[in-house]
Amino acid sequence: MARTRRVRLAVWKFASCDGCQLSLLDCEDQLLTLAQEVQIAKFLEATSAEVKGPYDLSLVEGSITTAADAERIREVRRQSRALVTIGACATAGGIQALRNFGNVPEFISAVYATPAYISTLSTSTAIADHVPVDFELRGCPIDKGQLLEVLAAFINGRKPAIAAHSVCVECKRRGTVCVMVAKKAPCLGPITHAGCGAICPAYGRGCYGCYGPADTVNALSLVNAWSAAGGSRAQMHRVLRSFNANAGEFRAAAEALHEDD
Amino acid sequence: MKTIKVDYLARVEGEGAVRIRFRGEQVRDVEVRIFEPPRFFEAFLRGRSYTEVPDITARICGICPVAYQMSSCAAMEDALGIDAGPTIGALRRLFYCGEWIESHALHVFLLHAPDFLGYPDAIAMAREHREIVTAGLAIKKAGNAIVRAIGGREVHPINPRVGGFHSLPPRAALRELLPGLEHARQAALEALEWMGHLNYPDYETDYEFVAVDAGAEYPFIGNRIISSRGLDIAVRDYDRHFQEHQVPYSNALHSRLAQRGAYLCGPLARFNLHFDKLSAEVRAAAARAGLAPPCLNPFKSIMVRAVEVAFALQEAIGLIERYEAEGAPFVPASVVAAVGHGVSEAPRGLLYHRYRIDDAGLIRDAKIVPPTSQNLASMEEDLRRLAPHMIAMTHPEATRLAEQSVRNYDPCISCATHFLKLTLERE
Repeated sequence: MARTRRVRLAVWKFASCDGCQLSLLDCEDQLLTLAQEVQIAKFLEATSAEVKGPYDLSLVEGSITTAADAERIREVRRQSRALVTIGACATAGGIQALRNFGNVPEFISAVYATPAYISTLSTSTAIADHVPVDFELRGCPIDKGQLLEVLAAFINGRKPAIAAHSVCVECKRRGTVCVMVAKKAPCLGPITHAGCGAICPAYGRGCYGCYGPADTVNALSLVNAWSAAGGSRAQMHRVLRSFNANAGEFRAAAEALHEDD
Repeated sequence: MKTIKVDYLARVEGEGAVRIRFRGEQVRDVEVRIFEPPRFFEAFLRGRSYTEVPDITARICGICPVAYQMSSCAAMEDALGIDAGPTIGALRRLFYCGEWIESHALHVFLLHAPDFLGYPDAIAMAREHREIVTAGLAIKKAGNAIVRAIGGREVHPINPRVGGFHSLPPRAALRELLPGLEHARQAALEALEWMGHLNYPDYETDYEFVAVDAGAEYPFIGNRIISSRGLDIAVRDYDRHFQEHQVPYSNALHSRLAQRGAYLCGPLARFNLHFDKLSAEVRAAAARAGLAPPCLNPFKSIMVRAVEVAFALQEAIGLIERYEAEGAPFVPASVVAAVGHGVSEAPRGLLYHRYRIDDAGLIRDAKIVPPTSQNLASMEEDLRRLAPHMIAMTHPEATRLAEQSVRNYDPCISCATHFLKLTLERE
């Protein structure tokens, strides 16, 4: 049988917490098998060995927050046949995108005594704002089961089977009683992208939107349900302005809530 | 001028570099540069609700989110006058054991052990040392299973909240972890013995060791900070004794002890300051591996982490055996304008949080000091002392030694910007 060359995998990091690339190392049962199936050609967090590009598949973690990184992502794209973003930072700008709504020089002086030493952009933006992306895997953090599905799909040249419905569907599947109805807990589940397995409601709290907006949602219609559950508009504004603050539907809903006040 | 450079430090969490410059045989300067972009957590925490700190600060670090959740809750509970009580305290300790186990196992087996055996990574190491890598992965998995069972998921757990947890995990969900934890405990003790036979660079430094004091227990969360040179302070006095300053070449702040300078926190500090609080069995296993306090060789931190893994596994087993899911999952808060201080032992060392909140429960001011910032000064001092030995080495040998020395600290660069690339310059 003719041997085909192994898929050459690269893992890249931009502004982030490392948690999504850690999800790959958290696949304790699959890691050594995966390393036989694919060639881990570049993965700075895990190996000091490096195979030069081009790469068949690049996993990109983190958002673009510096001029140097805006250049670096273009080079990553040039070297990658397929580019998949992993997590809320790479897909929507992450929690650090809160700077997009604030005053960055003020932020720098809040943390650093000599702001002049710090070079950063005034925005944190998604990878897709800079280069074409082949697939975006959601979540803060990503789910490792979904990561393995995306890897298997790209290795085998098929489309990843990742559902785009809301967290509500996952609660029904899991058999979790609706926390918004039964416990009056304000929940972002109806407008949040599935993938986590609806963990928060199963632990008795409302969803806080860490997988970002689901497809075709009406975020503003949730305001009334939040009010009925005893959640304030200010509270909903804060939840929308968190890990996916710069994602289209969440951003628009937060802006609309703000204008009404 | 001769320069040794490591442009991108591998097998560390985050992005950093090292540059060592020589003038003749003299070491001119040593810089550990952190170019991980800053993310400004302390700035955008302003105006957020006190209830949001465990969820938001977890995102500073995907490797040790539990530490951020525990220090932030401790600080808020200090501000609000909440005592979470013994049941929640024990569950937090178990939760924290899970993070120490998974974080230490990641570093010891996947990131640091390859240095001692001359491999670029654990996957290459597994071709000839498969048993030790698979044992490491099983240990890591056992730690992650604890974090997942209590927290809902391994990275950025969702269950902790100010005052306790959103819900208490059922007893059965924790008891089913026991066989995996017992297997991991045996594996950790065997791995420790194996580490006793590795070659360690002959290097010792008399650091000032700093750690949390938690009374009779090996520390996770506490309200006093002690050192090997007599420091013994309440957490609320942290700012009077510890000073952060900025250096021009790095996005991470450096911490020093006022009037004393560099210090060391983390596994070596805990081991040296709290050895007597480890169980007799774990102390005996440390002795069999040739380890006794004070351990002043930072390269032996890999063994100290294995000691802490064995300890945390034993502690977790005991905590699960005694666990009953009884009582309220959290203590509710009455909001008052106040300042709170919290400290806990992240896998890499002391993690300090301070918040000022107003009478609506909104954060007015936040300060977070991660362990890697605190250890940066000692990291540079180690390199300065090792650098003269690098002159006679080939560049690849010098680079490997510099990287290994930095990895002794298990630096978490993502945390510190809120780290490596080696440059050695010879004039």
